[in-house]
Amino acid sequence: MRQALSSRLGRAGTGLHRLRARTAPAPEAPEEAGPWGPAPVIEVRALRKTYGTGDAVVRALGGPPDPAGGEPAGVDLVVEQGDYVAVMGSSGSGKSTLMNILGCLDVPTSGRYLLDGIDVGGLDEHQLSLVRNRKIGFVFQSFNLVPRTPALAQVELPLAYAGVKAAERRRRALAALALVGLADRVDHRPNELSGGQQQRVAVARALVTAPAMLLADEPTGNLDSRSTEDVLAVIDRLNASGRTVVLITHEDEVARHAKRVLRLVDGRIVADVRQAAADGPPPALRDPAAFAGHAPTALSGTAGGALR
Amino acid sequence: MNPVEILRFAVGGLAANKVRSGLTMLGVLIGVAAVIILLAVGNGSSQSVKDSIEKLGTNALTISSGGGFGASSGSDTKPLTVDDARALADPASAPDISTVAPEVTTSQTAVYNGTSHTVGQVVGTYPAYFKTSNSKVDKGDYFSADDVLNSRKVAVIGSTTATDLFGTASPVGKKLVIGGTPFTVVGELATKGGTGFQDPDDTVIAPLPTVQNAFTGFGPVSQILVEAKSAGATTRAQNEITTVLMGTHGIKDPSALDFRVSSQQSLLSTQSDTNKTFTVLLGAVAAISLLVGGIGITNIMLVTVTERTREIGIRKAIGAPRGVILGQFLAESTLLSLLGGGLGVVAGLIGSRFTIVGIKPVVIPASVWGAFAIAVAIGLFFGGYPANRAAGLRPIEALRHE
Repeated sequence: MRQALSSRLGRAGTGLHRLRARTAPAPEAPEEAGPWGPAPVIEVRALRKTYGTGDAVVRALGGPPDPAGGEPAGVDLVVEQGDYVAVMGSSGSGKSTLMNILGCLDVPTSGRYLLDGIDVGGLDEHQLSLVRNRKIGFVFQSFNLVPRTPALAQVELPLAYAGVKAAERRRRALAALALVGLADRVDHRPNELSGGQQQRVAVARALVTAPAMLLADEPTGNLDSRSTEDVLAVIDRLNASGRTVVLITHEDEVARHAKRVLRLVDGRIVADVRQAAADGPPPALRDPAAFAGHAPTALSGTAGGALR
Repeated sequence: MNPVEILRFAVGGLAANKVRSGLTMLGVLIGVAAVIILLAVGNGSSQSVKDSIEKLGTNALTISSGGGFGASSGSDTKPLTVDDARALADPASAPDISTVAPEVTTSQTAVYNGTSHTVGQVVGTYPAYFKTSNSKVDKGDYFSADDVLNSRKVAVIGSTTATDLFGTASPVGKKLVIGGTPFTVVGELATKGGTGFQDPDDTVIAPLPTVQNAFTGFGPVSQILVEAKSAGATTRAQNEITTVLMGTHGIKDPSALDFRVSSQQSLLSTQSDTNKTFTVLLGAVAAISLLVGGIGITNIMLVTVTERTREIGIRKAIGAPRGVILGQFLAESTLLSLLGGGLGVVAGLIGSRFTIVGIKPVVIPASVWGAFAIAVAIGLFFGGYPANRAAGLRPIEALRHE
């Protein structure tokens, strides 16, 4: 267990020994390497998030209170290694809240969240920053690039925080930018890039630390269809190479790239549809010709009908 | 994440808004420079007063009539006389006294060739006066003891008096009329210069009996100038003077003296006390301007942090530890104060090379280090608060900030 943890966290620096100490007294944890294969990347149990107190309480995640128990059931979710999950739902359905908690940007009110086998709830501020840095790559709808900073420096930033040496950092950042097709734009600042290019820089920044999973909160929400295709192609290829991907979207066209589609309504998962096997290429790469031939509406039946 | 990296981030942050960084730095610069210059001016003025007092000679003691401060000035006060001076000149009773010069002063109008000039101080004394009062003759010669014994009408004049009456011509050998009595000028004193309310160069020095005969009469003398054998002997000389004069004045009680002995030392300490107050006042003004500069840093750091909250959120979302965020903002504010303080030291040192309102500033080294250290400390402490606030934000809170 300890060895498994330390190897999973990689070079976690000073926080690592404390991390081990915290998680050690949970030997019954289901992520224990055993006959059932590797632990899931994400395991969420009875997750709830509320804002405010008393009458003014807003239940962002976990659904309405159970009439019998008085407490909402909460969200349960398991995402396996290599899966490609699209989370759909209307505004206010709690999908962004779920994503922020999965990305360790926000903390749940109650419930358990195991990321790659580590109980995130027991981590302190410093350990959380290590987790955000090494295990999660986050892509935002509004790109969220650091202003006035060239693309190369943007992508180098997570590596700098991880303590990677300058030469190695540059090499890996250039490789990540090449992967998203921006090798010729390394010196451009965010205001010199198109929206699609900015989002691809953000994707490069998210994947440069080789995180366990890529979280994308409506990555194509602010992009035209051409850029959407570019960004989704990058994400498809990442997933094909084994990276776990969770993305939020409104659009069926985006959701049909995923292997599994979840629908959230009022903070609860109401539908869970698998479109392809977790271990295998994503739908768009399995049979590109057939995928391109299908109209976007072809999937609406399985994905859960009208969304807007 | 090494310190060099954090420093690079900080420089980048400052360079992103050059005008604002520059103005903040200017605030600190002015504060530090003000502290250095104002303290140097205060120090310079006290230095110049000290110098002019030292010019009078440190071995000199002045005996003047009248009791000490607060003593009753009863009718039994005996004036100082030439006999007192004679008694003090006796090496048997006062071994630490080298010379004694009784002195009478008056103010008279001097006339030469139709030019009239009111001399500030006409002094009648003995030749020992010149050495004791540190008056040196520039042209001509001093008058001699023989001139005193024979009451010759000769005079040594100060440089201001000489310029006013004779212009650029040498006054030596010329005759001028002082208060109706003709005097022959035998010498001109070197310029002393001074900061007092009285020009020490506007003076005429003549033999004691001549001045008494012509103006003041053979009564009491205004004061007696005594020179101790060495600077270290002034205290002993002071005691000897007291003993001798108590004898001549018939005083038994040492607390009821009718004369006063003052040394340059006591004058010096009074002056330096006054100057210390002056310096402290200037220092307080400067310290306030430094504080205002510090508040400027705090303000700018608060604005910067608020403006860049989103950026902080992004950085935290991609895994920046709290320490690095804290370090970056702390480094920014410290850099501001370090650069501002450094430039302030340079400006202060350059500024104190000029003469300000007639005072040559003398830089106090401690003020340079002190002002610089305070500026940097202000940067650290006042920058620490906004930096800490920024670093403590939860990533999602910071990201939602608009």
